[in-house]
Amino acid sequence: MAEKNYAGKTVEVSDEGYFVNPADWNEEIAKEMAAEVGIELTDKHLEVLKYLREQFETGEALTIRKVGKSGIVDIKGLYQLFPGGPLKISSKLAGIPKPTSCV
Amino acid sequence: MSEHAETPLKKVLVICAKGSLEDVYAALVMANGAVMEGIEAKLFFTFFGLDGITKKRMNKLHTATLGNPAMRMPGGLQFPSLLGVLPGVESGVSSMMRKEMDALDMPPVDEFLEMITAGGGEVFACKLAVDMFKLKKEDLSDEVKDIITIGQFYEMAGGENTQIIFT
Repeated sequence: MAEKNYAGKTVEVSDEGYFVNPADWNEEIAKEMAAEVGIELTDKHLEVLKYLREQFETGEALTIRKVGKSGIVDIKGLYQLFPGGPLKISSKLAGIPKPTSCV
Repeated sequence: MSEHAETPLKKVLVICAKGSLEDVYAALVMANGAVMEGIEAKLFFTFFGLDGITKKRMNKLHTATLGNPAMRMPGGLQFPSLLGVLPGVESGVSSMMRKEMDALDMPPVDEFLEMITAGGGEVFACKLAVDMFKLKKEDLSDEVKDIITIGQFYEMAGGENTQIIFT
């Protein structure tokens, strides 16, 4: 476990940087985290992050296929928003645990 | 002793040479998984594996009910070989498997191929096998980038931290 400072708040994160308590998350924090990995967070990014958080709340395993069918963005678009890790990077920025699905 | 340095995988080339449901999906899951991890992925279909990218066949793949010792009845009892011989049984079992997979968000083959190429993965067919089965480019999924020779395949395998996976 580790602690990180984002937007003036100390949050507990896993060794890989995923939030331990999704409730710690807010948009300001997401923006700072995104900047860290070279992503400038747009409204579209935020829409995806919020969708992921909602899905996480329901306890559903997240897949890029589900995001692709959410009507927010297609899979190609998702790759463009979060290059090199459509589900991993987005989950991290959404303040939810590391995804556990294989698709 | 030298320091152990972690060098992440950069590229995978996955070869699918068999056309059963599980063989094709193994290749698809590995290629898609690589793309999702930011690893460059190239997927190569040859011999019976070509069924996995042949438009007419790819969404109707079967799993063998004969000669498959791991095949079980729902509930875990051994699947009797004699049952597997009956017409329609393999179809039924295979469509049940596809349904189970869909429930886990494993898409049908055509959609899976689209997911892989959407992430920048590339799909190829083996020239020798395409010629042998008398297939044409138009018989193959639109996601197939090219029909290539084994030499071209190896040319793609260059670079540090590249792995070739034969399913």
